Amino acid sequence: MSTEYLTAETEWKLPSPRRTAVILVILTESALFTIFVVAYLFYIGKSLNPPYPHEVLEFPWLGSILLFGSSGTIVMAEKALKKGSVSGFHLWWAITAGMGFGFLIYTATEWHKLIYKDGLTLGTNLFGSTYYSLVGLHASHVVVGFILLSMILIFSLTGKLQHRHHEHVEMISWYWHFVDGVWAVVVTVVYIISANS
Amino acid sequence: MEMNWNCGSRHEHERQTPVRFRRFSLIQRNRSILGVAALTLLTLANASAQDSTIRAVQNIFDPLSAPAEIVYRVSLLVLAICAGIFLVVGGLLTYAIIRYRRKGAADDREEPPQVYGAAAIELAWTVPPILIVVVLVLVTARTIGEIQKPKLPNDAEQVRIIGHRFWWEVRYPKYDVVTANEIHVPLSDRSKRIATEIVLESADVIHGFWVPQLNGKTMLVPNYRNTMWVEPYKTGIYLGNCTVLCGAQHANMLIRVIVDPPKRFQQWLNEQKATPGNDQAVEEGKRQFIANSCGACHEIGGTNAKGVFGPNLTHFASRQTLGSGVAENNEANLRSWLQDPQVLKPGCLMPNMKLGDKQLESILTYLRTLK
Amino acid sequence: MPNGIPITTKEIGTEANPARPGEEHGTITSWIQDIVFTVDHKKLGLMYLGMGWLFFIIAGTMAAIIRTQLFLPDNHLVSPQAFNSLFTMHGTSMIFFVAMPMIFGLANYMVPLQIGARDMAFPRLNAFSFWLTFFGACLMFFSYVGAPGLYGAGAAPDVAWFAIAPLTSRAFSPGTSVDYWSLGLLVTGVGSVTGGINIMVTIFCYRCKGMTLYRMPLFVWLSLVTMFLVVTFLPPLSAAQIMLVLERFFGAKFFETQAGGSAILWQHFFWIFGHPEVYILVLPAFGVISEVVPVFSRKPIFGYPMMVAASVMIGFVSAGVWAHHMFTIGMNSYSITFFAFATFVIAIPTGIKIFNWLATMFGGKIRLEIPMLFAIAFLFQFLIAGLTGIMLGCAPFDWQLNDSYFVIAHFHYVIVGGIIFAVFAASYYWYPKAFGRMLNKQLGLWHFWLFTIGFHLTFDPQHIAGILGMPRRIYTYHPGRGWEIWNQISTIGAFLQAIAALIFVINLFVSARKGAVAGDDPWDGWTLEWATSSPPPDYNFETTPEVKSRRPVWDLKHPEDPDWKFE
Repeated sequence: MSTEYLTAETEWKLPSPRRTAVILVILTESALFTIFVVAYLFYIGKSLNPPYPHEVLEFPWLGSILLFGSSGTIVMAEKALKKGSVSGFHLWWAITAGMGFGFLIYTATEWHKLIYKDGLTLGTNLFGSTYYSLVGLHASHVVVGFILLSMILIFSLTGKLQHRHHEHVEMISWYWHFVDGVWAVVVTVVYIISANS
Repeated sequence: MEMNWNCGSRHEHERQTPVRFRRFSLIQRNRSILGVAALTLLTLANASAQDSTIRAVQNIFDPLSAPAEIVYRVSLLVLAICAGIFLVVGGLLTYAIIRYRRKGAADDREEPPQVYGAAAIELAWTVPPILIVVVLVLVTARTIGEIQKPKLPNDAEQVRIIGHRFWWEVRYPKYDVVTANEIHVPLSDRSKRIATEIVLESADVIHGFWVPQLNGKTMLVPNYRNTMWVEPYKTGIYLGNCTVLCGAQHANMLIRVIVDPPKRFQQWLNEQKATPGNDQAVEEGKRQFIANSCGACHEIGGTNAKGVFGPNLTHFASRQTLGSGVAENNEANLRSWLQDPQVLKPGCLMPNMKLGDKQLESILTYLRTLK
Repeated sequence: MPNGIPITTKEIGTEANPARPGEEHGTITSWIQDIVFTVDHKKLGLMYLGMGWLFFIIAGTMAAIIRTQLFLPDNHLVSPQAFNSLFTMHGTSMIFFVAMPMIFGLANYMVPLQIGARDMAFPRLNAFSFWLTFFGACLMFFSYVGAPGLYGAGAAPDVAWFAIAPLTSRAFSPGTSVDYWSLGLLVTGVGSVTGGINIMVTIFCYRCKGMTLYRMPLFVWLSLVTMFLVVTFLPPLSAAQIMLVLERFFGAKFFETQAGGSAILWQHFFWIFGHPEVYILVLPAFGVISEVVPVFSRKPIFGYPMMVAASVMIGFVSAGVWAHHMFTIGMNSYSITFFAFATFVIAIPTGIKIFNWLATMFGGKIRLEIPMLFAIAFLFQFLIAGLTGIMLGCAPFDWQLNDSYFVIAHFHYVIVGGIIFAVFAASYYWYPKAFGRMLNKQLGLWHFWLFTIGFHLTFDPQHIAGILGMPRRIYTYHPGRGWEIWNQISTIGAFLQAIAALIFVINLFVSARKGAVAGDDPWDGWTLEWATSSPPPDYNFETTPEVKSRRPVWDLKHPEDPDWKFE
């Protein structure tokens, strides 16, 4: 090892605790999702009775546009905040939350159709079990994200959000991007791979 | 510490007489002059008699079957390597404690040389472990292939075992024989291989089949087929256990593998294929058996009892134990079992059928005729 | 106190510092308030350890009952169902409510001190993690008084800590026992993961000035790798348990073979968690040994960079060996060979660590104090445990040894002979720091020798029982199998261990009042925790230390010969 040592003048830089924590949260949640994705992939084509994916799944165009779009709008919100435009921040942030909520409504309607029209539930067959658990886990994370977004919006509208909270806001946006990333995986695995096998 | 691996094993008198060529065919059920002669010959030809040596102590280091021997050879190598490592590292540790011990107050005056490490030494001592790992992997891979992909002779016997809670369903597909809990396999010879392939399936939860002196264990998984093989070199009754927790009576899901000389094995198969006769004396018992819904779970060949939830009882009286090994198959135990199975095997899936005394006695008499 | 700032609650209630309501000197109320509301890593660390010892006694009692039942063949001390519950709760408790809290407790207490930090990164999250862990344990033990299972034996889980599907499905486990198992562990699991994140963030982001990652004490390094494993590999267990809950309550078909599901999938998911879990348990033990052996050999750890590299490598390789628990399931030859290979590979960095500890002792001046006695026993026992592990890694050998008492002997060698011995070493080493008093040496010697002899009497014969064909998880056995004598010796050993553990617990309480005053640095140590008082003040360090080497307190004590000149 080197014989140098730090002097009082040397800067001591450590990573930001919040960023590290959120990265680790993303790591642990990814591990959780991975198992459900593996279960889904493993059971493709193994259901013994209908309904089967290709029969009942429709590609989630609207939901995906809403969710992926909300990743874009959240970036716009952060940019606005950086520029100092609080009203711009409020607008884009509210749009993000709205789009997230829209995604949830989309999922709810999709599930309504699957349950009541196609007769697919958790217990129907392997497809039902793995589909609802994976998509449901993702949706629950969207719910949490939506709650976080709403909290930030409310804090900001009531003037409680300060500049020193910019890292909090950034971390919530990282979580939101993570949720979107998981949706990309879910779309690939569920709506592209399994619907076509 | 010297370990005596053969503690308590019961390798008593072993029959060494070779199988003899015989001019007469197998013993027939009908008595005839030829039958009497054959009977005499049979008592002389010891090799055909059933060996009742109970191999209760199943030492994995005393293999009596070809796959168990393969495992044994590789295990000796692994043990030798591990013993070597233990002696070297343990020896160094002991040496360090003694040689570099603090020797009193004088030693406290100054600290020993503060050595931080030595890259060369550290690199050097990774080499032996890597070499050992290479050897182990090669040996392991080869042995895995030897056991999982054996080249069994074409006429290998086949047994199909289906695990239930808490008993073993045993089928011989080639011969249409169905029995339970006691498995007969033919004896092999080093010059003329007679192997038995065992197919393992499960009707409910995961079980495990283990008779150490015959082979390592394999699980019985529902909706999944596993195969293993045995090629035993000594006759006798080999005890084994279920090895995967399957519920309350996992401990009493015992296995008996009876290794018979080939002629005796064929004789046993024939005995199993035969259906019990219609003996008037136990007609009442048979009637009671059906009337009390025993037949809903238990099959007895040649009758209307065709249930498959419980063990097949066609040749129940020919078995050494009842309840999958929980108790010896004698009159007292059978009476207790019929009175309430939960006494001998609490938690087993046969309920108390609440038989009346007379019904119980006639069913008991009937069952004891089912040889 | 030089500046009137109270250090402990004992100071509150004096004229200079009048107590606020609820903070009166030494009252039960103040003590309870302290415990319930604390976010201080030191108090939480002691609470984790206290929880660990509490459940150690409970699960140990279960073990004593198990061993008594197995003392004689055809014994009827407990019913089969009760026995199944006993070993399930014993195993589950020992892993999740004893060993995990202990490693979290040690890490909680020592990591901030060793990196010169004031507290953990997220103190309130820390408290949350502890209470969640504790609540999960309570939830699981509530099963003893909850609704009865099918056989009316109480709903305590009875499906083995491994909860193998499809035994756990509604068809075969109709009561609520499996549900208590899943939910209790789901709750505890969240506590573990949040605790793991906390510790990792603390290590990355709160090191004092000059403490680069390569100057951290090895205990901190190993805690870091451990918590990485916690964060990454506890979720698979949670995922599998969520699937089990969905199956039992909503009819999901994950492990339902009649619907095309796979019973083996549970095993894969469980062991993807289960194998890293045992490394989660053992790596902090390595960390403790890496602290104790150098100090009591009077030399720095030999080969610090290699030790770090070996630890990280163990962490990564542990993710790839899980199916060595499944060699008998009926996998194809290629998979079996791969996992056997990975299992052998992981033995290499583990073995290297043993060599490094040995080399630390060579050329030293070994002080056979109680912590070092436990460390030396650890080295012998962990060596044996590792070797039996190699035997189990050779798949054909494992086909005989798996699911037998040989495996039980192996993992108890690791967990008791390795981890618990390391925890004892850590206790004797760091108790003076936490309580300001030394643990009694006479009691310590009794504890050490009784426990070591008891440990060997208990687990050495179990190797033989396994070799003679005795499977796991059986509530009784017939005579004549050759197993009686080994079970009997084992039972005697278990009771010796119980007595020794009792002596230790007595020592903990008695020494808090009557032990010799320890001072800041009773062992002449070199890491930062010895640079502050015993016990440390709430804020840990009066001034944030600045380090220039791996042994900052050595540098302070030897200004003419500091480490940073040679490292």
